[in-house]
Amino acid sequence: MEVRLGELHSWISTCSFSPQGLLAAVQRAWGSYCAKYIHVKQGGPAGISMLLAGYCLLSYGWNYQHLKQHRWRKYH
Amino acid sequence: MNLSFFDQFSSPSLLGIPLILISMTFPALLLPSMDNRWITNRLSTLQLWFINLVTKQLMSPLYKKGHKWALIQTSLMFFLLLINLLGLLPYTFTPTTQLSINLALAFPLWLATLLTGLRNQPSASLWHLLPEGTPTPRIPALILIETTSLLIRPQALRVRLSANLTAGHLLIQLISTATMPLSTTMPAVSLLSLLLLFLLTILQEAEAIIQAYVFVLLLSLYLQENI
Repeated sequence: MEVRLGELHSWISTCSFSPQGLLAAVQRAWGSYCAKYIHVKQGGPAGISMLLAGYCLLSYGWNYQHLKQHRWRKYH
Repeated sequence: MNLSFFDQFSSPSLLGIPLILISMTFPALLLPSMDNRWITNRLSTLQLWFINLVTKQLMSPLYKKGHKWALIQTSLMFFLLLINLLGLLPYTFTPTTQLSINLALAFPLWLATLLTGLRNQPSASLWHLLPEGTPTPRIPALILIETTSLLIRPQALRVRLSANLTAGHLLIQLISTATMPLSTTMPAVSLLSLLLLFLLTILQEAEAIIQAYVFVLLLSLYLQENI
């Protein structure tokens, strides 16, 4: 899926934002990620490492309201 | 709001959605399903090899009737293994530190082994309550003790899992809290505590694997008694 920057507006208007459309988009994205990094004959650690790094970032974001109070603590 | 060392074990939620849902479903993403290709990828080959190894280890002591439990035991093993190992990454949440999750895993499976035994061979299941060679006056007390030990098995399973993981995480947090200020005041001591932290992390990695294995192994032993 190659979309030029100038064509972005017209491309977005063709996307379906219904639940089925979003689900299909997620499935396509996951399938293309797997096809590129995981279902490869000689895959490396990159595929799984990116997933784990993304999971760490997601957990950090989820906990941010709690973690930001650590900055102002005098004693940890 | 109290910020204490136990805050890492409270279930985090954002806009009312708890992280625990993602923490428990994320391991499924790490186990890729088979693609419609002839040649498998490295990840699937490694995982299949490991799954075969674990299944053979768990199922070899069981009779043939127990092999019906192979799927649930292997999937439980990998579920616990991945959840425990993922909890060692920074900022992540470990669902198995919660006693509630462990009870939900331990109690139904233990009850299933117990009911299987009581249904298929009720007298043999009751014989297990009395060890061989017991002197006659001690029989009533021993039956009570063995019944208690039978009924306490799910509690033991859950507390063992949560306590081991919680203790490891807490130790890591405590020692890292000590290492950080020491690095500015007494660098030599902080190097020692850094070494300790490194060793603890290795221990906790091993602990994560071992606890998953012990949980499933004990369940398979309870199954073997009853099947």
